[in-house]
Amino acid sequence: MDCGDTLLLHFEREGRLVVRHIAVTVNGTRHEADVEPRTLLVYFLRETLGLTGTNVGCDTSTCGACTVLVGGQSVKSCTMLAVQADGEDVTTIEGMAQDGELHPLQKAFHEHHGLQCGYCTPGMIMASDSLIREASGPLTESDVRLGLEGNLCRCTGYHNIVKAVIAASEEMRAGSANR
Amino acid sequence: MAVAERLVGTTVLRKEDGELVTGHGKYTDDLTLPGTLYMYAVRSPYAHARVTSVDVSKALASPGVVAAFSGTDLADEWAGPLPLAWPVTEDIKNPPFWPVTKDKARYQGEIVAVVVAESVAAARDGGEAVDVQYEPLPVLIDVEEAQKDGAPILHEDIGTNKSYTWSLTNGDVDKVFADAKVIVRGRYYLPRLIPNAMETRSCLAEVNPVTGDMTLWSATQIPHIVRTTMAAFVLGIPESKLRVIAPRVGGGFGSKIRVGPEEALALALARRLGHPVKWTETRSENYLATHHGRDMWQDIELAADEDGKIHGYRVKLLASMGAYLLLVGPGVPILGAFLYCGPYGGEAYHFECTGVFTNTTPTDAYRGAGRPEATYAIERTMDMLARKVGKDPIEIRRMNFLPAFSEPTASIGGLMVDSGDYEKALDKALEIAGLDAVRKEQAERRERGDAVQLGVGFSTYIEMCGLAPSRVLGSLSYAAGGWEAASVRVLATGKVEVGIGTTPHGQGHETTFAQIAADDLGIPFDDIDIIFGDTALVPRGMDSYGSRSLPVGGVAVHRACGKIVEKARKIAAHELEVAEEDLEYAGGTFSVKGAPDRAKTVGELAFSAWTAHNLPDGVEPGLDALAINDPENFVFPNGTHISIVEVDTETGMVRVRTHIAVDDVGNVINPQIVDGQVAGGVVQGIAEALYEEAHYDENGTLVTSSMTNYEVPAATEVPSITMGRTVTPSTTNELGVKGVGETGTIASPPAIVNAVVDALSHLGVTDVERPVSPENVWRAIQQAKGGGGK
Repeated sequence: MDCGDTLLLHFEREGRLVVRHIAVTVNGTRHEADVEPRTLLVYFLRETLGLTGTNVGCDTSTCGACTVLVGGQSVKSCTMLAVQADGEDVTTIEGMAQDGELHPLQKAFHEHHGLQCGYCTPGMIMASDSLIREASGPLTESDVRLGLEGNLCRCTGYHNIVKAVIAASEEMRAGSANR
Repeated sequence: MAVAERLVGTTVLRKEDGELVTGHGKYTDDLTLPGTLYMYAVRSPYAHARVTSVDVSKALASPGVVAAFSGTDLADEWAGPLPLAWPVTEDIKNPPFWPVTKDKARYQGEIVAVVVAESVAAARDGGEAVDVQYEPLPVLIDVEEAQKDGAPILHEDIGTNKSYTWSLTNGDVDKVFADAKVIVRGRYYLPRLIPNAMETRSCLAEVNPVTGDMTLWSATQIPHIVRTTMAAFVLGIPESKLRVIAPRVGGGFGSKIRVGPEEALALALARRLGHPVKWTETRSENYLATHHGRDMWQDIELAADEDGKIHGYRVKLLASMGAYLLLVGPGVPILGAFLYCGPYGGEAYHFECTGVFTNTTPTDAYRGAGRPEATYAIERTMDMLARKVGKDPIEIRRMNFLPAFSEPTASIGGLMVDSGDYEKALDKALEIAGLDAVRKEQAERRERGDAVQLGVGFSTYIEMCGLAPSRVLGSLSYAAGGWEAASVRVLATGKVEVGIGTTPHGQGHETTFAQIAADDLGIPFDDIDIIFGDTALVPRGMDSYGSRSLPVGGVAVHRACGKIVEKARKIAAHELEVAEEDLEYAGGTFSVKGAPDRAKTVGELAFSAWTAHNLPDGVEPGLDALAINDPENFVFPNGTHISIVEVDTETGMVRVRTHIAVDDVGNVINPQIVDGQVAGGVVQGIAEALYEEAHYDENGTLVTSSMTNYEVPAATEVPSITMGRTVTPSTTNELGVKGVGETGTIASPPAIVNAVVDALSHLGVTDVERPVSPENVWRAIQQAKGGGGK
């Protein structure tokens, strides 16, 4: 077992699991739940809340398929325990489209064929959203490649993902300038 | 009535994207049934060991654990071992591969016990409590050691590590080599690769305790093949009792062409325990448990004259099967057997492949399967020949190309190639590359003695795909056919359902096939639904691999639509009270010649066919058609890739500056999807050439054991791809299409490695071992300098 002795602290003597009560706002809705302390945020989202859009692609925090936004910043949700998200505001891929309107990134991935099997796509979109919002100016190809270094894709060769993110960044910047 | 614009040949945005970009696509692990239990596979940490005891008692006492079994406990579940679909020779040695081993572990990761529990975590905790005693045995990793005296024997019953030797000869090879003025010999090792589909494998099994009907949801490329083989050979149940569903599948690349132990176990345990059973692989587990690709030594010889004109080819392969033969594992090298002559001519050809067992994860198809191997050997050796006879790599290729042809033409490798114009693709790639400037910069860098040197590499390739002709597959001892089915139903409301036997996992069949049907039936693209991946809804199919979906399955869609139109024509003629010959059909509308106002659309005729109030005599109600396409030949994509690379001679780092891919995949249905396949395939080829290798230590422990140390490239490590296209329609099918799923991975690796060698050629480097890592580049430079580099 990877957590060693610390895990034992969460068990009572007779082996019954101890749970902790948390409250997390996900995609604008507040959820309260009892979770095992060892539960990773990604499994809380997938299994407790049924938000299966966030995918798991590895077990070493390498692939980025599980990327979500926590307090607006991109986080690999396999690197965070659910209890650490207590009181936080989380956005998943299911929360990106608003009022039936796709988010500019979702639209751009569709228009530029930035996805094939779609498995890495939610993580790519969430990481890109944070990348675009945190950038000080328009994104270049190398900005996008560097910014998405923590997100792996096996289908597209990144070629069209890069195009999609640049296109979305232009639309998002224009959108925020018009506001 | 306006004729709808043709969609075939144009970019139509993908139908499948909506649910995938919003997180609403359902992959197998997203599905759970009431009462689902979770399976954990206990795997051998040893590459070769006798399993002396398996004690599950502590696991059974672990919280949440429902059941735990050893291989012996489950022996009665199986009608037979996991299936081999491609016994390539009559005397092939095929030792049984059981879902859970009963006696020995023959690779690190072989299943020795299973635990079923109420949660994933409880199953895993229980798995760690299973006490397995092992007696470690000597380990065999290196394919070259497998047949040597004293090598550890994996399967005592067969007494040898050799599984088979398969060979092919055309022409008088000995004479051609005896007469040759020039002979060049290449020897290459193709590292073992881990496919790394982003979704790992996953399955969920449910059994109806009363009827015995079983349903398996699986992250698979081959639901139809799983159904037939799992039912008949592994579970021993009627095929009709098993339904296999492949929901959204997160990539495959060959790694999900499997009839896996875990799928068999989930079904057997669901049957035994009366609960749905689910299993999802972790990534690190995937590295051990899902098959690998390549791991092969190649010896290739070319016999040529002094000018470099090639007369003969002689190829000898030694391929690792890993510890057992998987579904099509032994056939993978054979898929390349005919292609070691590339697009070139000659009079004699010999190919021989020996497959051996080693204490490693079994190998099977990985993107390109056999054809990247062939292309690597011939294209690296073409450069060697060019150097030997003092010719430019472009010239040596051009002078050996088969001349352009538009009718099936025999190759010395033994194929009837559908069509080809190799110079056209080469010329187009050269036009894009602008090599004068590159060669000038290369000369300047050499002159200045820059640390970073520039190189240019070529690969002019041909491949065979569209795995199809059932007769040919039969002659190659493949156990199944290669046909593909499509059923088209025009519903009463004029909407269309197309059931396809191919199983997409990223390729965009829902879009491409709907484009074909929309044009053929004149029905809007949005009104066409493509149904796939469920043996109950689409009972006929041979699934997706070998770039077959469009040239075999897409053509079946086109033919089924043709049958619909023929039936609709009868109804139209009846309703319009004219002879069938007096009708014209265009864009989904039948109109009377000379009286275009008198017309019926396919949608209207579908309603007539549904009400059946006024059908002509002998015409059955409903507007449905099934077509099963068994092509007479493969299809043969080809083209030219040019890679321009920078090599840092001090650090050994290689950067691909530009990679140009000019592919001829015949007619194109959806250019955006085709380009997407090419770009993704090329990057997988770059990964194979520069970064990836599954590495075992001498104990048989997989050292590259997770995504942290097996280098799947990120966006920073690869360039955007420069793509071009030539179009030489295939003569194999009426759509003129070839396959595109694998071209990038087949064509690109030799172009990249040739470019690296070119960059270092002034230092005397003629070869760099793969992967072309900084270490291997540094070694090559040191060896060329006479320093040994060891």
